[in-house]
Amino acid sequence: MKTEDLIAECYNALTANKVRTGLTMLGIVIGIGSVIAMVSVGNAAKSSIESSIQSIGSNLIIVSPGSAKGIGALVSSGRGSSQTLTREDGKAIDAQISLPHTTEMENSTRGQLVAKGTNTNTRIIGTTASYATVRSVEVSLGTFITDDQDKGTSKVVVLGPTTRDDLFGADADPIGQTVRINGNTYRVIGVTKPKGGSGFLNQDDVVYAPLSTVQHYLVGSSFVTTIAIQAASPSDMATIQSEVTAILLDRHHISDATQADFTVQNQTDIVATASTITNTFTTLLAAIASISLLVGGIGIMNMMLTTVTERTREIGLRKAIGAKRKDISAQFLIEAVLLTFAGGFLGILLGWLIAQAISSFAGIAATITPSSIALAFGVSAAIGVVFGYYPARRASRLNPIEALRFE
Amino acid sequence: MIECTNISKTYVTGAMETPVLKNVTFTINDGEFVAIMGPSGSGKSTLMHILGALDTPTNGEYKLDGRVVSQLSDDELAELRQSKIGFVFQSFNLLSRTSVLRNVALPLVYAEIPEEERLARAAKALKAAGMDESRFHHMTNQISGGQMQRVAIARALVNDPSLLLADEPTGNLDTKTGDIVLGTFQKLHTLGHTIVLITHEPYVAEHANRIITIKDGVIISDIKNTHVRAITTSHDL
Ligand SMILES: Nc1ncnc2c1ncn2[C@@H]1O[C@H](COP(=O)(O)OP(=O)(O)OP(=O)(O)O)[C@@H](O)[C@H]1O
Ligand SMILES: [Mg+2]
Repeated sequence: MKTEDLIAECYNALTANKVRTGLTMLGIVIGIGSVIAMVSVGNAAKSSIESSIQSIGSNLIIVSPGSAKGIGALVSSGRGSSQTLTREDGKAIDAQISLPHTTEMENSTRGQLVAKGTNTNTRIIGTTASYATVRSVEVSLGTFITDDQDKGTSKVVVLGPTTRDDLFGADADPIGQTVRINGNTYRVIGVTKPKGGSGFLNQDDVVYAPLSTVQHYLVGSSFVTTIAIQAASPSDMATIQSEVTAILLDRHHISDATQADFTVQNQTDIVATASTITNTFTTLLAAIASISLLVGGIGIMNMMLTTVTERTREIGLRKAIGAKRKDISAQFLIEAVLLTFAGGFLGILLGWLIAQAISSFAGIAATITPSSIALAFGVSAAIGVVFGYYPARRASRLNPIEALRFE
Repeated sequence: MIECTNISKTYVTGAMETPVLKNVTFTINDGEFVAIMGPSGSGKSTLMHILGALDTPTNGEYKLDGRVVSQLSDDELAELRQSKIGFVFQSFNLLSRTSVLRNVALPLVYAEIPEEERLARAAKALKAAGMDESRFHHMTNQISGGQMQRVAIARALVNDPSLLLADEPTGNLDTKTGDIVLGTFQKLHTLGHTIVLITHEPYVAEHANRIITIKDGVIISDIKNTHVRAITTSHDL
């Protein structure tokens, strides 16, 4: 049998029974599509969380009040945390650590910002000048907060780009303008560059003010919610972490380290914890997707097995008029391959569309990974071959009359 | 040349054995036109399937042109069916959802004939089987039973077989269309092809040169027909 005739026979067989072809392909499309969509969304969530953690700075040791463990200290505003850390603790740490480092302190809260006719509710971070270095914040307009402004309890703010867009319009220059927070007027002295992140992890929806100003006018206490120390290199982090712990235990007169009223976390540990969580999340999504793939697979199997009688008779007829065993095998193999590849292609397209829809809806960047394509394709190709090609191969070994009589 | 020696066929379903052919022995020479008659269920179709190399006897030996068919490989059988044998099934066995013309041309696909020639030969075979050209592009589920029968006949004729085996080829046809088919068979006969047809009707059998009668799986008569009924009008082949 000539190759072009073989292709023509396959095409004819697939188009002659459009319902059968369509339903079989639908199973493949749904199976592959869901695997790809789920895995890509899982991966996107994971990389979004990881990049958020990285964008807060590098080589960080973070001290938070209370003994809470986990990544809460990073993502929550610190409200409701216990009040055990002070500016003096931060100063002592900064003075006593033996290795090169930079220290910044924060007290963050949430508040309503009002400009001319606009307002926004956002995170307010009261901090010191070194924050810009430690947290790798850069300004696109104006300047960041200075130590003098902190000493003088100046009513000045630096806006995150999202906050600036909300209050003054996209890309406006608000330097010298004023905003009101809790009845006081603050002068805008700078706008930071975008750092990315989205939703509850948006690091651009923020406003910075001097630590003393936030403590005095907004929270009314002298505590800090975070002390962050940046080490000069990753190898210094373990030493600094133990020094910080020792300094604070001494200052707080605590002899048993398990009773500490503060938590010292290393950024590497935080990334590892976050990865564990996001991996679990991705695995969960993949498990859901595998069930869809299985359901799709059963659909394909069902379709192929219900048509086995009809196809066996067709094979008997083809053999009766002179088809060789290899002609039959080739035709059914090509049909199974065409079906799974066409279905697979549409499935990838569907998965991609779903991933795009979810990304724009949830604000994360979903990308399709080759491994999810390979997995989805592999499973549906295996099902196609096992249930489409294998029965045909068996039927091609019957004699024509047995095949024509098949029930 | 067809040589059957002590052929028997027994179907086994579970514990039950159904003997259908019992020690059948006969010879058909090249160029003969033979009609096989017999009551329903007597084993005519079963015998025909064996002659067409589509099924194998339980016992006995079937030789076609000197070769023992049961000893041929699967590929040799395919080659034999494709090049020498034309088979008209009692139940037609057409490909569903496929056009009349494509059905008839299908054997030529396996013979690796180019498409243009395939379609030309298929059209000619359809005309020789008395099929109207207006139905060539209909799907096989859009034609009548008699038309299906003619498509089945055309498919058997299309590879110009030296052995034509037809299982009740005129059973669904009126006398006039039946005569076209019989005329075609007689013309093939004059060209030297071997023809074996099964029929219930004495009128049809009278067109053959030899009539074999089967009953309960045994040949009960094998006679030469001295008064062959000839059809004068005929189609090109
Ligand atoms: N696969 C099978 N299993 C069991 N018995 C079978 C099978 N095929 C045919 N038979 C039996 O073999 C006998 C002969 O069948 P066959 O089809 O050869 O009859 P026939 O002479 O062609 O009849 P008809 O004139 O009705 O076509 C029947 O009695 C039938 O029941
Ligand atoms: Mg019969």
